[in-house]
Amino acid sequence: MTPLAAILVRDMRIAVRVGGGALIGVLFFLVVVTLVPFALGPDLALLKRIGPAILWLAALLASLLALDRLFAADHDDGSLDLVLTGRAPMELVVAAKGLAHWLTTGLPLVIAAPLIGLFLNLDAPAAAALVLTLLVGTPALTFIGLIGAAIAVTLRRGGLLLAVLVLPLTVPVLIFGVAAANAAVTGPVPFGTPFTILCALTLASLVVGPFAAAAALRQEME
Amino acid sequence: MRLSATDLACRRGGREVFANISFSVAAGESLTIRGRNGAGKSSLLRMIVGLVRIAGGQLSLQGGDPELSVGEQAHYLGHLDALKPSLSVEENLRFWSAFLGAAAVDLSEPLRTVGLEALADLPAAYLSAGQRRRLSIARLLAVKRPLWLLDEPTSTLDAAAQARLGEIMRAHLADGGIILAATHGPLQLEGARELDLDGVSAPRHPAEVSA
Repeated sequence: MTPLAAILVRDMRIAVRVGGGALIGVLFFLVVVTLVPFALGPDLALLKRIGPAILWLAALLASLLALDRLFAADHDDGSLDLVLTGRAPMELVVAAKGLAHWLTTGLPLVIAAPLIGLFLNLDAPAAAALVLTLLVGTPALTFIGLIGAAIAVTLRRGGLLLAVLVLPLTVPVLIFGVAAANAAVTGPVPFGTPFTILCALTLASLVVGPFAAAAALRQEME
Repeated sequence: MRLSATDLACRRGGREVFANISFSVAAGESLTIRGRNGAGKSSLLRMIVGLVRIAGGQLSLQGGDPELSVGEQAHYLGHLDALKPSLSVEENLRFWSAFLGAAAVDLSEPLRTVGLEALADLPAAYLSAGQRRRLSIARLLAVKRPLWLLDEPTSTLDAAAQARLGEIMRAHLADGGIILAATHGPLQLEGARELDLDGVSAPRHPAEVSA
């Protein structure tokens, strides 16, 4: 097994075991989305109109939920020190950890979204568009979140700082994710325009995230 | 192979921890680092690994792989055991041996050497402090690296495990390895040279000490 595959397998294994965060994200997602109809009342037309936005907001919050322990746990038990004595570049280690985190928290959100969308009166085409935008957009949320997780690694209350640092950076992803999901249902913009920009945002964050997070971790090591 | 340092200096938080540290350790030799609390024993080891920036002086490993940094050719056994409580003993060791670059190795041999083969399937959360330390030591055996940097390696180990660690270290030295160990207690290594950080530390200004 290569070093990076070892990181990926280990992190996914920890996430699905006792105390891992794999299911927490989906449960949080479910709870937040379920609360919305209770707050707004059973106005089906309204729920349908704001449904994609609610689901995107809930997915954004849920994908940040378990992120604060991503590097902090490795820092606290000394794993991060040993990672630096490995021969794999820090940037790729960070990317492998991000991928493992997305596979265990981001991907379940994408899979659960059409089901949970039923609470918000989403029909099949809207649900399909939503799943597609979440599938493309949630990796961007995770990889932008990596930067915040790396900066907050030595702080006790890192989770709060993480949210404050990361949420503003996710605004473009949120705008174009929701715009694409809405465009598929209501128009007038074609689905492709915001969706392409969303893809571009994800590709950029896949590159920038690991480099920025690795630089932050190296700085914290001092 | 030879690890040599000339005039190493360390600064932490703007304060000078030590300066003018020089030593040279050849293959098959060991160096015990001594000094009072805060003398910089751990900082010196972490500096060699590359976890603390070198504030002055030079460090080199002659006869090593020129493509790799000193830290990448070293095993670092720190205060923390780098174990994941939800993974089993064997999974923890398998991860580190894969990550640190061992091709598929037989993990039963290192586990037997540290006396943990019967606990291979137990989650690391249930290990005692001494067993956790022994599992960390198994990592040094699973992946071959010439330079061992051990920070208080005998802490939490019982007498039998300390004797076993002594055997493991002598075998590593006989194999042409280098060991640097920071410790207060005795290490079961014959002919180990000592580096006393108290003797070489630069005198500190009284105001800096109180601050």
